[in-house]
Amino acid sequence: MAECDVKKIDVGDGAALPDPEDKGLVSAWWIALIGTIGLLIALPVKDPDTYGRVLTFIPDGILVTFEVTILSIALALVIGLLTGLGRLSKNRYINLIASLYVEVVRGVPLLVQLFYIYFALGRFVRVPDIMAAVIALSFCYGAYMGEVFRAGIKSIDFGQSEAALSQGFNQAQTMRYVILPQAWRTILPPVGNEFIALLKDTSLVSILAVSDILRRGREYASESFNYFETYTIIALVYLLITLVLSKILSNMEQRLSHYEKR
Amino acid sequence: MKNADPIIRIQNINKYFGTFQALNNVSLDVTSGEKVVVLGPSGSGKSTLLRSINQLESIDSGSIIVDGRNVADPAEDINTIRMEMGMVFQSFNLYKHKTVLENLTLAPVKLKKMAESQANDLGLALLDKVGIRDKADSYPVMLSGGQQQRVAIARALAMEPKIMLFDEPTSALDPEMIGEVLEVMVTLAREGMTMVVVTHEMGFAREVADQVVFMDEGAIVEVGTPDHFFENPTHERTIKFLEQIL
Repeated sequence: MAECDVKKIDVGDGAALPDPEDKGLVSAWWIALIGTIGLLIALPVKDPDTYGRVLTFIPDGILVTFEVTILSIALALVIGLLTGLGRLSKNRYINLIASLYVEVVRGVPLLVQLFYIYFALGRFVRVPDIMAAVIALSFCYGAYMGEVFRAGIKSIDFGQSEAALSQGFNQAQTMRYVILPQAWRTILPPVGNEFIALLKDTSLVSILAVSDILRRGREYASESFNYFETYTIIALVYLLITLVLSKILSNMEQRLSHYEKR
Repeated sequence: MKNADPIIRIQNINKYFGTFQALNNVSLDVTSGEKVVVLGPSGSGKSTLLRSINQLESIDSGSIIVDGRNVADPAEDINTIRMEMGMVFQSFNLYKHKTVLENLTLAPVKLKKMAESQANDLGLALLDKVGIRDKADSYPVMLSGGQQQRVAIARALAMEPKIMLFDEPTSALDPEMIGEVLEVMVTLAREGMTMVVVTHEMGFAREVADQVVFMDEGAIVEVGTPDHFFENPTHERTIKFLEQIL
């Protein structure tokens, strides 16, 4: 039946989620996972003075990376929803503001935005480094997320809105009870990609005196001069995190599409 | 049975899509309990007329009074007026993320603040009425077109509307499923529901309609009882239309 075709939207440039239908991709995921875990165990065992010591340095950095990622994605989702709705708004001023925001953010490199917001904020208020990083990251990702929300909402058949409106739901209730619950499953894969991309981009905040994985690694490397070993471990840790995350997200996606199954 | 005051009073409405005039000075009264069937070639404005009654389509001039309230007046709360009118669409438009029963209970629970258990009882009774109670826990995608349209009728009825609007309810159905949907509509008509139906089903119009309205090029060409309309049409365009389809 034609109605059960899900419109796929393609936004974002993060890691591809493993498609469970694609056997080639799934096995690549397993090989990568086993390889990563294997190396993260084998290298420190073989060489506890270098690889082993990096590993003891990094854990509090992992917590900071998670903290920055989760706070930023939560804020970016809120900004993204508002931006997406704003971009679809028939009110020309709201529409203009939302569109302007998206244009500006997409035209400036993230690293430049990070510096800019960090030092701009610093001129007026004293905020903790982590908060400044979270504000800068979510400001940037909110714009991309806005495009994801916009595409997701637009992908829902207009008949769904009309049915809800005809029953007496107002615009906001229609969005909340009928459109967003359906848009969410279209949105989830690209949001998942943004989430993983954001997690990787948090490595940029290490330049803002935030002690994330990368910064903790660099602190170790600069006193031990074991640069190669340090960056090997850092790369493996990021890889392990994104592999696990992408699996969790693709499982969530599977569960959300239950009502399409005949 | 008829009240003196019409429950729907459409007066001199006009509607433009750009420079194209979709509705041309249309007036129509529907009294409570009456069944009005709107016929006409495609592009004649019959769906636009129907959709203007619950303001899914705005009008550019004229007035539409439903149960004493002007739906085109921005000061009126259109949402509460819409609650009194159920609508059935050509493409069903069931909420895809909800089960059949949830499709029926969503609006009563959220808009009328009906208790969940009460809404479920009402929903199951309505599903009984349209003959698909056994599908209560299925998702719409698992149903045939005819079943989906019967659920859509039950969903509209769940708000206990005074008026039912049907926008070509059988046009998207395979021929063998049209009967089951028309059967539900005939039952509804017998129970005294006020109905405005845009359709191409001439048999239904003959059997059920109190008034048949024929539209062409955005205007009402002829209004009459089914006997008058099918046996003694007066307008040339009506005659031509009937020749083409009968």
